[in-house]
Amino acid sequence: MAAPEQRRIIFAHINEPGYSNDISCYVRHGGYEVLKKAVTRKPEELIEEVKKSGLRGRGGAGFPCGVKWGLVDRKSGKPIYLIVNADESEPGTFKDRYIMHQDPHQLIEGTMISCFANNVKQAYIYIRGEMPHGARILEKAIAEARAAGFVGQNILGTGYSCEIYVHRGAGAYICGEETGLIESLEGKRANPRIKPPYFPAVLGLYQCPTIVNNVETLCHVKYIVEHGGEAFTKLGTPNNTGTRIFCVSGHVQRPGYYEFEAGKITLGQLLNEVCGGPLPGRKFKAVIPGGSSAKILRFGETFTLKNKDGSTRTLAVEDIPMDFDTLAACGTMGGSGGVIVMDDTVNMVEALANINAFYSHESCGQCTPCREGSLWMKKITTRMVHGNARTEDAALLKSVADQIPGRTICAFGEACSWPTQSFLAKFGDEFKGYAEAKPTKPAPATPLI
Amino acid sequence: MNLKPATLQKIDEVITHYPVKRSATLPLLHLIQEDLGYVPEKAEEWIAAKLEIQPINVYEVVTFYPMFRRKPIGRRHIKVCRTLSCALMGGYKTCEQFEQEFNTHRGEVSPNGEVTVDFVECLASCGTAPVVMIDDDLHEKVDCAKAKQLSEQIKAEAKKR
Ligand code: FES
Repeated sequence: MAAPEQRRIIFAHINEPGYSNDISCYVRHGGYEVLKKAVTRKPEELIEEVKKSGLRGRGGAGFPCGVKWGLVDRKSGKPIYLIVNADESEPGTFKDRYIMHQDPHQLIEGTMISCFANNVKQAYIYIRGEMPHGARILEKAIAEARAAGFVGQNILGTGYSCEIYVHRGAGAYICGEETGLIESLEGKRANPRIKPPYFPAVLGLYQCPTIVNNVETLCHVKYIVEHGGEAFTKLGTPNNTGTRIFCVSGHVQRPGYYEFEAGKITLGQLLNEVCGGPLPGRKFKAVIPGGSSAKILRFGETFTLKNKDGSTRTLAVEDIPMDFDTLAACGTMGGSGGVIVMDDTVNMVEALANINAFYSHESCGQCTPCREGSLWMKKITTRMVHGNARTEDAALLKSVADQIPGRTICAFGEACSWPTQSFLAKFGDEFKGYAEAKPTKPAPATPLI
Repeated sequence: MNLKPATLQKIDEVITHYPVKRSATLPLLHLIQEDLGYVPEKAEEWIAAKLEIQPINVYEVVTFYPMFRRKPIGRRHIKVCRTLSCALMGGYKTCEQFEQEFNTHRGEVSPNGEVTVDFVECLASCGTAPVVMIDDDLHEKVDCAKAKQLSEQIKAEAKKR
């Protein structure tokens, strides 16, 4: 079956010749019209539209945005904060960078609409420290929007005021976790907070109710308020509404970003048709479908899933529709939309050693199972790659990985153990045979660790 | 500490962005590091006094976030992405190429003081792997040939100084 056409909503103007990131260009393309209309409506109505839309957070967890907003404690008498999570750090993910660099006003408009809907008076954009240009572009864009009356005091003459500031991170992946991000914004180490009691919606920034939304999610809010929640549900598939941006990297002919209606494209169509298939003379071996913490899929494996009517269907990796629910049913996740492809030249022990090095570097260190476990998984896999594999390594790795999830304050515990667990489950033979096979293996052309 | 007047002005401005002064810790560290090239120990005390917190509160932040450094580095900072998508496309080789070009080893200042080559984690540009940041600028699809070319450029710029 031929792949569907891209449906560019959020990325409508990305890499469009002649489109620039200044406000005049944005306004020429109809920018800020949605905000103008939004501020004449009741905030509750806007929240209702977002609930109706079924929009699910695009940062990784896929939590419904309207539900998140619904949880905000509006009776506390404390100010409500909104934080834009622009700390794009999940390996394999590179969508927010384009929005912030090339279409920053889209994000600002989405943010202001969301602030108005939730009676937020102060918003922060927490951007990755490694995007200094992005931070400058956003600051310039906010200043332009402020001068035009879209941000700041007395917005569009309505009496509603809301300020946005850009806050730069400093290279710590854990700041993508919302309570870690909040700690970081308070000027501390980004050690995530324990939930309960520290649900951001109730006890977030400065112990005030706080909404943390992903860049892409807030852009979708703008679309939803413009076209209505109902219209948004017409895009995509039930429970996976709207569009989804996929970031494809690794061993394909045409890596890059692609926006499709959620769930309308299969993994096979995305990789083979849209991205042009494997590199010449190679074959696909494995794919991580939702950022590097998502569990890996092995080409050739099949999944038997239950249909609603009780019957079953069998899917190959290529047949999996790219939506949150089917990917979850196949034991992995849609996550951040970062699809990392590996072909038959890749040594899976090396690939895992690379991922483990990332997670051990990024563990915040406050929970022992994660801090120690991620380090040991890195040490073991690195040792294996460097010619010191032992027969018991596969079992040892599994035992370390199995003792982390569920025993940590935040989901990083899961994120760091899923790769090891899934690599062992899917490519166990490569790990088991490593101690014996290693001495005869030539040095790889492309080392991964 | 000898901070430029422009830095001091930005520092006073940014503190007003937050209802709680401590929140300005990261912005102040960025501003000072941009001005001085690194965060000297004195800066930790200075920031603490400025934000009415304890020096340890600043120290624990400096030592937590990978982007802050407590020692000077080379004049140019070459950061090669180490993470999976870049590694799959040859990131390790790219890093080696830079090391060779400047006769250095990652994490160290090159003998002539010109560069520091570092491995960093995913720079959120995985679709154009391998990627490298030189100071504030992102460079895409940096294979060994392009690494060589970028190195030549850095060397030429150094000569002009
Ligand atoms: S892995 Fe290098 S930019 Fe993401």
